[in-house]
Amino acid sequence: MSADPTQTLAFDTSCHLFDGCGFDTVAPGLHSFLFEPLWGNADSNAYFNKTMLLALLGSVIVVGFFWAAFAKPKVVPGKLQLVAESGYDFIRRGVVYETIGKKEGEKYVPLVVSLFFFIWMMNLWSIIPVAQFPVTAIISYPAVLAGIVYILWVSLTFKRHGFVGAFKNFTGYDKSLGGVLPLSMTIELFSNLLVRPFTHAVRLFANMFAGHTLLLLFTVASWYMLNGIGIAYSGVSFVMVIVMTAFELFIQAVQAYVFVLLTCSFIQGALAEHH
Amino acid sequence: MSPLVQLAAEEAENPLIPPIPELVIGLIAFVIVFGFLAKKLLPNINRVLEERREAIEGGIEKAEAAQTEARSVLEQYKAQLAEARHEAARLRQEAQEQGAALIAEMRAEGQRQREEIVAAGHAQIEADRKAAASALRQDVGKLATDLAGKLVGESLEDHARQSRVIDRFLDELEEKAEATR
Repeated sequence: MSADPTQTLAFDTSCHLFDGCGFDTVAPGLHSFLFEPLWGNADSNAYFNKTMLLALLGSVIVVGFFWAAFAKPKVVPGKLQLVAESGYDFIRRGVVYETIGKKEGEKYVPLVVSLFFFIWMMNLWSIIPVAQFPVTAIISYPAVLAGIVYILWVSLTFKRHGFVGAFKNFTGYDKSLGGVLPLSMTIELFSNLLVRPFTHAVRLFANMFAGHTLLLLFTVASWYMLNGIGIAYSGVSFVMVIVMTAFELFIQAVQAYVFVLLTCSFIQGALAEHH
Repeated sequence: MSPLVQLAAEEAENPLIPPIPELVIGLIAFVIVFGFLAKKLLPNINRVLEERREAIEGGIEKAEAAQTEARSVLEQYKAQLAEARHEAARLRQEAQEQGAALIAEMRAEGQRQREEIVAAGHAQIEADRKAAASALRQDVGKLATDLAGKLVGESLEDHARQSRVIDRFLDELEEKAEATR
């Protein structure tokens, strides 16, 4: 284990198989998701670390990209505008219109588009050289996004249905259930108001967390086994790094997509007549 | 133990507990993205997409409008042309009629003048003839009496004038001439 916090790599580079150094000393773990503050003190709440830098940098990149594409848009688009447009159109039509509908959904397009590209960028940091850490693998980031969505759809439900209507909406009130209605209502209420925002955030977080752990594991293992006969295993592990990187690229987009799809489905549920 | 591991052991044993500063930064980062996209960039692109849609649909509409206009103009021209033809035909007809009337009038006038001239000629001839006849009658009567007087040897002038013999004679001559004609 590295004792030097200034070291750039997250593990001890001198530790190898057959050197009397156990893998547990280099293996990735929870500590891989913790960063020494770049500024401030980790004990206080006033600090600035790598994930914050990546988050802010990521939002600058997203805004920069869309600024370059949409600041002076043309009726006949250039290449960049065309790419950004297709991304925008994919979320607008493929997600928002599909779930909420064109009429009601139009209002939420900016939010959903922002969410998708923001999350995607945060996820992409995972495989961008030097950064190589998915910002969304820190629960705070998915939590704040899920929180925004939660506040939005809950307030929308109250606004649309009034207090009693919203209660019925949350509890899935249905007279035909008869005797099981109280139980069903309790479960639904619990599921909708408490579990839903939690799973919404954790789904994204856990995927990115696991993805980063896997990448780390194979990367560290490739290096750790690079000694004697272990070189053969190291090669396999390195191939896995490549494969997992490609897989992560896919998962990053999918998770961003799933997050906004769920967002739309929650908004749609809030706007829909209770059934 | 490294500071990283210590950190892990002390604070973040549960990775599901969100650190507050990251929450704040996450919110700020997202608000930056949302602010720019919602307030400026997406309205921008929506406007352009709308313009593009209008340009495409508007182009079709414009082409249709142009076609309709062209058709209506063609109809108008055709109508005008037909009207012009009709007008020309009418004018020609009128001219023909006027010409015919003019010719007829001229002809009538000519006829009338001819008849006048002929009548005047006739009257003149008649008058001349009468004058000639009366003059001739006097001369013939005188010549005849002169001749008869010479033959008879004495002047019968006064007697002849009184008895009107000569006139009667001449009338008889005329009647004979009328009958033989």
